[in-house]
Amino acid sequence: MQNVVHLSFAVTTVAAAWRLATPIVFAAIGETISERAGVINIGVEGIMLLGAFTGFATVFATQDLWFGFAAAIGAGLLAGLLFAFFSITIKANQIVVGAALNLLGLGLTSFLFRTYFVSTGQGVQIAPALDIPILSDIPYIGPAFFRQNALVYSTVLVVVAARFLLRRTAFGLTLRAVGEHPKAVDVAGLSVSLYRYCAVLIGSALAAVGGAYLTLAHANQFVEAMTSGRGFIALAVVVFARWSPVGAFFVSLLFGLFYALQLVLQAEPNLGVPYQALQALPYVVTIIALVVVRNRTDAPSMLGVPYRKA
Amino acid sequence: MKRSSPLAVPGGESGLAVADENSPPLGKMGQARLLHWATRALKAILPPIAAVALALLVSAALLAFNGFPATDVFTIMVTGVFHDVRSTSEVLLKATPLILIGVGLCVAFRCSIWNIGAEGQLYAGAIAATAVGVSFAGLPAWLHIALILAAGAAAGAFWAAIAGLLRIFFNASEIVTTIMLNYIAIILTDFLVTGPLKDPAASYPQSAKFLRDLWLLRFLPPTRLHIGILIAVALAVAAYVFLFRSSAGYAVRVVGINPHAARYAGINVPKNILLAIAISGAMAGLAGAVEIDGVTFRLYQDISPGYGFEAIAVALLANNNPLGAIFSGILFAALRSGSELMQINAQVPQVLVFVIQGLVILSVVGFAAFKRQTARPAE
Repeated sequence: MQNVVHLSFAVTTVAAAWRLATPIVFAAIGETISERAGVINIGVEGIMLLGAFTGFATVFATQDLWFGFAAAIGAGLLAGLLFAFFSITIKANQIVVGAALNLLGLGLTSFLFRTYFVSTGQGVQIAPALDIPILSDIPYIGPAFFRQNALVYSTVLVVVAARFLLRRTAFGLTLRAVGEHPKAVDVAGLSVSLYRYCAVLIGSALAAVGGAYLTLAHANQFVEAMTSGRGFIALAVVVFARWSPVGAFFVSLLFGLFYALQLVLQAEPNLGVPYQALQALPYVVTIIALVVVRNRTDAPSMLGVPYRKA
Repeated sequence: MKRSSPLAVPGGESGLAVADENSPPLGKMGQARLLHWATRALKAILPPIAAVALALLVSAALLAFNGFPATDVFTIMVTGVFHDVRSTSEVLLKATPLILIGVGLCVAFRCSIWNIGAEGQLYAGAIAATAVGVSFAGLPAWLHIALILAAGAAAGAFWAAIAGLLRIFFNASEIVTTIMLNYIAIILTDFLVTGPLKDPAASYPQSAKFLRDLWLLRFLPPTRLHIGILIAVALAVAAYVFLFRSSAGYAVRVVGINPHAARYAGINVPKNILLAIAISGAMAGLAGAVEIDGVTFRLYQDISPGYGFEAIAVALLANNNPLGAIFSGILFAALRSGSELMQINAQVPQVLVFVIQGLVILSVVGFAAFKRQTARPAE
């Protein structure tokens, strides 16, 4: 009996980890694609907030989840375009532009939320759970894993698609070459800027979906600064996963597990550890993760360096 | 008159811009020298002014677009901020931590160390300052105050040095580690003010209040303005001398512009990285101690409204020049005061200030890029 309780506890925790990891998976896969092309975008946090707010506001107005996610992607693309213009076209420092984007994302979403929504206090209808036939009937595992909303399942598809894109398509191979040796791409007659724009736009659209997940599938409300560092954690995930989409999925799951454990343990009254220690856990783990992967030879060699024609 | 670009990544474009930062050619006639300095100052001041003007224009458009009377709002802001001695002193009070942190970030950014963790370092300093301030009863007040400030600076330097050492020994990106250390410092503060440092007599989570004798001197009563602003200005001058008039500061800048060249020149790169990030951390920690000992007199969770992040914009607007950071710090403090007035008098959400900060950064890098393009016709 005791074993069965442990098993179901472990299964529900892992399933919760998958749900909690979902926004990080989207952001981290997006950032992986962007960094593979040599562009480091630390504005992910701000873009996630923009996606979360735009998705929420759109569904609030239209009651349509599809519109909500489409609008979030649109907001992400706009933010990505702004970032790409400054970091690629006018070759400004990517860290500085990313920091500005974070401020803009935080400021704009909080400003608009306070102007239009703060007094309403209403939530929106969130994405429903989809039961997968047969699988969802498996004891223990079924209800935990196969009764999630569509976005949680789609993380697997996004990972596979990103891996396929980067490894099996001509576009993806060129994109990686742009991150390693842009001059070769340039000499071959292809536009380095075009590939970098594409990578940044894919990355920011995915980050915006990750943000929209928070308001449209996780909570049903927008809260100021609700991403609470998930975008920054996604940056660390990319490094820890050595710029691999599949790795990013599993590392994100690990972080989801820490969030899940934090929630489970916080409900435990006599734990003997202050709850702040659990709150700090994901951030401490992020630092440890960066220390563990000290070998950074997998990093795209032109990461963060604007390309100038000779 | 090409200045070393603060935004250059290591190995980036401006490899030779170090030498002409100092030592302008000394004209024989005083008048020519004056003219030289005047044009130089004008050239340095115009782009940031244009950048701020552009950012405010876009913010005004945003306000108008969302149904706020933009011109009225900005009139309230401009007339209210420097209305009288009291409101001006409040601006300087807010400018104090911004200048302190901004000056430190100038040093880190000149070394191409992206310390995004000043907020956490401020909290680390505030924690240490509080711990010292509520203990050691019976010390002479001047010594106790000095200890409070020193503890704040040391704790900030320590918190930043963690990220510096991880960068040096494990090649861990200081951008990510400093951001994570922000969260950890703020959570630590929450733990301390609800637990070990909590004032038993208070119902809110906060520390005990400092004794009146330990408060930083207020030199313009009845305003709250304290000597922190003088400390900030003095340290800005000291940091300028360090960066641009000392060989140690020169080494820091060379590491920032090209670490490989620095290594060939016999400069100890890890040592300079650690020095630069520790200086920026010490300044942020000192800012935390000054806030505790000059404004709040006790520790609680929201002692900083994001000064550590705002100071990034302060340093960038100043082109990473500590003397410029005095002025950009005052400017951002005025924007913050103005946004408070907007909220009170025109119901504009105060968070607009983050939008303005982000826009200022973007227009600063935009103007810098424009300058770069016009400076190289050969391309």
